[in-house]
Amino acid sequence: MEKDPNNILDEVTQGEYKYGFYTDIEMETAPKGLSEDTIRFISAKKNEPEWLLEYRLNAYRKWLGMTEPTWAHLHHSPINYQDIIYYAAPKKKKELASLDEVDPELIETFNKLGISLEEQKRLTGVAVDAVIDSVSVKTTFSETLEKQGIIFCSFSEAVQKVPELVKQYLGTVVPPDDNYFAALNSAVFSDGSFCYIPKGVRCPIELSTYFRINAANTGQFERTLIIGDEGSYVSYMEGCTAPMRDENQLHAAIVEIIALKDAEVKYSTVQNWYPGNKLGEGGIYNFVTKRGICKGNNSKISWTQVETGSAITWKYPSVVLMGDHSVGEFYSVAVTNNYQQADTGSKMIHLGKNTKSTIISKGISAGYSNNSYRGLVKMTKRAENARNFSQCDSLLLGDKCGAHTFPYIKTENKTSIVEHEATTSKISDDQLFYCNQRGISTESAIGLIVNGYAREVLKQLPMEFAVEAQKLLSISLEGSVG
Amino acid sequence: MDGTNTNYNTREALLKLFDERIATYALSDSPEVITGRREAIAEFARAGFPHTKLEKWRNTDLGRVLNNGFTFPLAPLAADVDLEEIFRCEVPGFDTYMVAQLNGWFIERGNKLAQASQGVVVCSMEEAFEKHADLIAVHYGKYTRVNNNSLSALNTALARDGVFIYVPDNVEVNEIVQIVNLVQSAYPVFVQPRNLVILGKNSSLRLVHCDDSVDDQVGFINSVSEVVLSENARLDHYKLQNKNDRSALINNVFFHLEAGANLSTNAISLNGGLIRNEVYVRLNGRGSHADILGVYLMDRDQHIDNQVFVDHAVPDCTSNELFKGILDDQASGVFNGHILVRKDAQRTNAYQNNKNILISDKAVIDSKPFLEIYADDVKCSHGATVGQLDSEAMFYLRSRGINADNARMLLMYAFAAEIVNKISIPKLKLRIDDLVKKRLRGELSICDQCVLHCNSREQKVSFEIDMSKI
Amino acid sequence: MLSIKNLRVSIEGKEILKGINLEVRPGEVHAIMGPNGTGKSTLAAVIAGRDIFEVEEGEIVFNGKNLLEMPVEDRASEGIFLSFQYPVEIPGVSITNFMRTAVNEQRKYHGLDPMPANEFLAKMEEKKRMLDIHAKLANRSVNEGFSGGEKKKNEIFQLAMLEPTLAILDETDSGLDIDALKVVANGVNKLRRPDNAFLVITHYQRLLEYIVPDIVHVLFDGRIVRSGGKELAMELEEKGYEWIRSEA
Repeated sequence: MEKDPNNILDEVTQGEYKYGFYTDIEMETAPKGLSEDTIRFISAKKNEPEWLLEYRLNAYRKWLGMTEPTWAHLHHSPINYQDIIYYAAPKKKKELASLDEVDPELIETFNKLGISLEEQKRLTGVAVDAVIDSVSVKTTFSETLEKQGIIFCSFSEAVQKVPELVKQYLGTVVPPDDNYFAALNSAVFSDGSFCYIPKGVRCPIELSTYFRINAANTGQFERTLIIGDEGSYVSYMEGCTAPMRDENQLHAAIVEIIALKDAEVKYSTVQNWYPGNKLGEGGIYNFVTKRGICKGNNSKISWTQVETGSAITWKYPSVVLMGDHSVGEFYSVAVTNNYQQADTGSKMIHLGKNTKSTIISKGISAGYSNNSYRGLVKMTKRAENARNFSQCDSLLLGDKCGAHTFPYIKTENKTSIVEHEATTSKISDDQLFYCNQRGISTESAIGLIVNGYAREVLKQLPMEFAVEAQKLLSISLEGSVG
Repeated sequence: MDGTNTNYNTREALLKLFDERIATYALSDSPEVITGRREAIAEFARAGFPHTKLEKWRNTDLGRVLNNGFTFPLAPLAADVDLEEIFRCEVPGFDTYMVAQLNGWFIERGNKLAQASQGVVVCSMEEAFEKHADLIAVHYGKYTRVNNNSLSALNTALARDGVFIYVPDNVEVNEIVQIVNLVQSAYPVFVQPRNLVILGKNSSLRLVHCDDSVDDQVGFINSVSEVVLSENARLDHYKLQNKNDRSALINNVFFHLEAGANLSTNAISLNGGLIRNEVYVRLNGRGSHADILGVYLMDRDQHIDNQVFVDHAVPDCTSNELFKGILDDQASGVFNGHILVRKDAQRTNAYQNNKNILISDKAVIDSKPFLEIYADDVKCSHGATVGQLDSEAMFYLRSRGINADNARMLLMYAFAAEIVNKISIPKLKLRIDDLVKKRLRGELSICDQCVLHCNSREQKVSFEIDMSKI
Repeated sequence: MLSIKNLRVSIEGKEILKGINLEVRPGEVHAIMGPNGTGKSTLAAVIAGRDIFEVEEGEIVFNGKNLLEMPVEDRASEGIFLSFQYPVEIPGVSITNFMRTAVNEQRKYHGLDPMPANEFLAKMEEKKRMLDIHAKLANRSVNEGFSGGEKKKNEIFQLAMLEPTLAILDETDSGLDIDALKVVANGVNKLRRPDNAFLVITHYQRLLEYIVPDIVHVLFDGRIVRSGGKELAMELEEKGYEWIRSEA
């Protein structure tokens, strides 16, 4: 019998961040700091072609001329970009032919995280690409997928294996100078996942990347590129954790998705980077650019995110709706507790006719945290009969936190329709008393009510993820109500 | 002037003007006011005019209208205007006490407010500085935001005149006070009226504030009003805007509400080259309530920008914000609402909505309804929509034999009526209702006089239909 | 089973209950009647543990335990169930999930393992059948968008699932049509056992035609002014509350 999401609350007994351990593995790192030399070092390590090195250097030069954005509702101490290690990788002895050759410490690490890399143990049928610090350590199921022409491998591997595909699409959705953090990533990105679904292929299993920051003082800069060729379908999941450390660590990733005619790409994230301790010390600074383009007619891109981690989240998964009749979706649950700050939302840029987008955002603030929804809906002149519906709700737990909504609506087209709604609420004493009277403790009641509040978003997640996500929501809020 | 590419530096001209005038100002103003002027001009010198790189000005560009060789009227020019011509237009039955400003200067008409004997004051700011120094000391400049609002700073630095209204405690003003703000000049003018309205405890006032152009000359009006509602005071406030297409009208209004005060403000923008209304409402006392309403009907190249900032500073206050607009031709609209619920402002109830209809392919709207909330026991909701006239309603009307044009106008009228119907002065409501209909039929482009001017009784519009039957 | 002695309760300084004495034994059904605003619902809420009320004096002992010292959820686990007059909506939380959590938290309180999923689902089906509740209810969110009747039926369903020793029905009949009233009353009758008890709070005698009480109390102005057999309810119906008022 499949795992019942109903009993997860019972399993939750500890509110501590349980992925905070550190694995002692032999690492190879670049010296601290960022310069053209660092970039050449990374590129050389990865044996990259000249054009990719140029791509990186070009991005770096642009980055030098840019400044950190300040418009978000976030406050943090300045980031010293010269105090970060831009490349850290578990030392490889030689090319890996099978799982047996992966460092047992690494396998143990992923087992502890609940991610088994041994294919025969994966009963759920999920292919995993595991990325630790800067490199992909193992991709499972890749051979099975290859039979259908699906390419699912680490980004570095793709550069070697299918350079023409990488070159054709890299930076086409998020150009190197798109924003400060995108430029940084484009200069120093380490590894990530690459995925190509050929024409007419429905990917039979969920694809998943698991990101793990392990080493100290490192930044993680993954690059993910997903291409759904005409008429294809793929569901992709991303999970992330990091050890508990007192200092802040930078994470600046880019995800690019291209959906061609009739293609559908579903991207789900459960983000659980270390959020810092109860006093707001430490934690990941998460500045991520995620964007997809519905390039062909009738294509669809759907983002679902559950954000519970990170000291700072700055992230706006977006869809450029270029093809006529294309569809963009964004479903988000963002939880902030203690001193966490999140400024997250979505952008839906309607270019094509009859395009349709939906934004459902559920923010939950507790402790001393600040949680902002920020989103843009733009209807351009060409976007005839385009539609958007946005619903952005906030739930406040306690009177020390903040919940904010910053929608931007720009319409240049008289035939388009944009609707935005938002509400703010708290868990009422009546609801708590009702639950208590049925024998449910206040802590459990909050978990239950919060999960109910987020249900609309959680139901978008693949089953494996939904269970994880529900559990996370309850844990993240433990101790938030006195 | 057309055809030349002269770049006038209005900022420099204003800074120079300040240097020339400050010594004269110092003769009459209190040291505190002079200090305020100096601080304000420093802020303006630092920030300059707002430009589109600023987040709050991204969609409103003052560049073009500022590029004019402005004159800065330094004294009333009453001789230039035929007052009879202007004041002829009082609406029969619309019993108002009217005061006028011409190019930013108060015009003394010698008429008396009936309740002057009860201590109600309506006079020029200049006069108020002399005769009501105590009130000025307590309130003048106390509510205006100068930082990050360089236009308010500029006004604070240079403004000399405007309308001063004072209603003592427990006085209900029966007459409707109407301020008509006219601009008429042979040259482009840059005017900076400054108004201060003080309502004492348990007092009430109805105030109609009209901005009109008399001619077709370029005008830049940079107006600042401070409005204080003491405990349990009530203010019914209407802003009617009907400017020519070459003018820029910047209206900064700062409302300050003490406990139990009740404000209703309604901005009705019918015409204007560039209009920007910045309304700040601070709910500073428990149990205060504000209705902030607006309707805008723009066409051609007109631009309307409504910025509404509602500050829930204390618990148990309510605010209700609704702005509706119809944009035609190349007209552009901006709405930026921002509700701030401060920490401990529990049991706040705040509502914000912006609804827009685009009529043409080239009209543009930017809407940003923001919520910033730091208290948990609150009811806040907001919404924004952009759309078209309801096609089912169109079909319904046409199936009843109403032709498409009339049906469209009827629906637009019904859309705007939600705001117009909230006008609580019956005669004014009728008048605005008429104007909206005229406006929608394109008959009211530039009314060359006061909004309430009625020298041309318009014929009955063709869609006198009882809305309640639809 | 339940013993209330000299209970005085106030809210915001206003005294609502002015010395209530009440003994409920296993197997009994007590009805508490009285005009609006005399403290009937307050009594129910205080037994359940609502903390907006201030207990000034007196005691509530339930199966030998001092209820007033227990948090709400522990009282529930000890076997107190309150059927709410106005059940609150909990959006997004399915009744299945809600009941599952409640059942297992109560089991945990008694040191039992969680009920296996299949056993739990079977129990849900059984109770639904028993109460004549048709399908769909279970997958809907708790009380969200329910009609008045559906809310009350859902309360009785929860009562059946949690199997309390003392069930308090607070104006369960208000807002019900006759059909829904019958469903609710039949449900209660089916749940009556020698080892449990019911406290039925109602304004009208109507419900008591279907749930026949052993003892009827009349609550007036914060005091129980009269107790008697089921015939007292009939007498009240006939003479109206004016009769009590004149006697009090």
